[in-house]
Amino acid sequence: MHTHEQYSAATLQIFLAIPFILLFVIYILAVVLSNRKKKTWPGYRMVAWSFGILCALLSLVGPIADLSHTDFSAHMIGHVLLGMLAPLLLALGAPVTLLLRTIRIPTARKLTKILRNSRPLHLVQHPVVASILNIGGLWVLYTTDLFLMMHENMLLYVIIHAHIFLAGYVFTISIIYVDVTPFRKSYLYRTVVFVLALAGHSVLSKYIYGNPPTGVPSDQAELGSMIMYYGGDTVEVGLLIILFYQWYKKSRPTFNNGKEGFAISNNKKFTVAGTDIEEVKRLNANAGMSYREINEWFAKQQSKADPLTKKT
Amino acid sequence: MTNSISDSSDFKQNPNKKAYAKQNMWTGILFGLGIVAFIDEVVFHQLLHWHHFYDKSTTDIGLVSDGLFHAFSFIATIGASFLLADLHRRHAFWLKRWVGGILLGAGVFQLYDGIIQHKWMGLHQIRYGVDILPYDLVWNILAALMILIGAILIQQTNHKKEG
Repeated sequence: MHTHEQYSAATLQIFLAIPFILLFVIYILAVVLSNRKKKTWPGYRMVAWSFGILCALLSLVGPIADLSHTDFSAHMIGHVLLGMLAPLLLALGAPVTLLLRTIRIPTARKLTKILRNSRPLHLVQHPVVASILNIGGLWVLYTTDLFLMMHENMLLYVIIHAHIFLAGYVFTISIIYVDVTPFRKSYLYRTVVFVLALAGHSVLSKYIYGNPPTGVPSDQAELGSMIMYYGGDTVEVGLLIILFYQWYKKSRPTFNNGKEGFAISNNKKFTVAGTDIEEVKRLNANAGMSYREINEWFAKQQSKADPLTKKT
Repeated sequence: MTNSISDSSDFKQNPNKKAYAKQNMWTGILFGLGIVAFIDEVVFHQLLHWHHFYDKSTTDIGLVSDGLFHAFSFIATIGASFLLADLHRRHAFWLKRWVGGILLGAGVFQLYDGIIQHKWMGLHQIRYGVDILPYDLVWNILAALMILIGAILIQQTNHKKEG
C-alpha cells in the first residue's frame, strides 16, 4: 500500500513536470532556429525563461513537492514559486514574441490575426478577470474543503496546480506588457486593479493565519500564512518595478519648444519610422545650442548688462 | 520669466516646477503614506514587537482595511519613487511642496491608523500590556501636527503659483 502511494506520487510529479520540460526545450530550439535568420534573441530573456521553468519544476518535483502533501508551509513555498515567481519570469521570456519570429511569416501573420480577434484571450487578459481568476481561485482553494480534497484526488491535484500556474501567468501578462499584447489598458487602470488584487492576496494570507484550511494544524497555517504574505510581497515588488519602469520609459519628456522647456506633448507628429517631425524642425532651428545653453547664454548677457548682478 | 529667475535660486535649476505643482504634491503624499506604513511594519512590528502579524480579536473589516492599506502603501512608495525621478528629469522638482506632501500623506495615514484602524476597527493596539493612553496621544497628536505643517507648506506653495 505504502509503496503504491509513493509510486503514484512519483508518476504524478513526472506527469506535471513534462509540460515544463517540453516548454524549455521548445524555447531553446526556437531561439537557436530564429537566431540563424534574425537578430540575436536577448540573453536575459533566455535566462528569465530558464529560471522560470526552474521555479515551476522546484515546486512540482522533488523535496518541496513531497513535503507539501504533509506540510502546509512547504505547500505555500510551492505556491509562491508556481503561482507567482515562475509566471513573472516566464512572462519576461516573451514566448509569443519568440514564437512569432521563429515560424514562417505567413503563419505568423495568421497567428497574429487569431490572437488579435480572439475573444477568450481578450476576456482572460482583462486585468479584472485575470485578478478574479487568480486571487478568487486562491480564496476558493483555501477557504473551502477543496484544499483537503485536492490531496485525496489526483485529478483534482493536477487541475488545481494547472490553474494556479495559468492564473498566475494570465495575471502577470494582464499587468505588465512584455510580450505580444493585443488588448491594452492604461497604466493607471492596471495599477488600481493591481492594488486591489494584492490587497485580496494580503487579506487571504492573514485570514489563513486565524482560520486554517481543513486538516491543517494551526502552527503550519501560521508559518504558511506569513510565507504567503511576505513571499507574495517580494514577487509583486518585482512586478511593480517593471510596470512603473515601463511607464517611466514611455512618458519620457521630449524637448518641446523654448517657452516651456521640457514638456510632454500628446499630439506629436511622427513619421512611419518613428522620427518626431517637430523635434527635427526644432533641432534644425536652434542648431548648435540646446535650450538650456540658450537660457544660460541669455542669463550671462543679462548679468553683463546689469552691473549689480555681475558683482554678486 | 526673468523675474522668476531672480526671485528663487532653485527656479533656475527647476524651471518647470510650477507646471508640475500637482505632481510634486502627490508624489510627496504617496511617499509619506508609504513611509509611515513602512515604519509601522519594520520598527513597531518587526523590531520592537509591540504588535503582531495577526491579532485574534481583529474584525473582518479590520483585516480588509489592513490588507488594502498594506497593498496601497507599498505600491505608493515604489510609484512615488518613479514619479520623483520623473520630476527630476523634467527639471520640475519642488522641494518645499514635495516635503509638504510627505507630511500631509504621512499625517493622514497615521491619523487613520490611530483613530479608525486601532480604535474603531480594533485591528490592533500600538502596544500591549501597558497603559495605552499616552501612546495613543503621542501617536495621534504627532499625526495632527504633520497634517498641519504639511497643509501650511502646501498652502504656501499654492500661493506662489498664483503670484
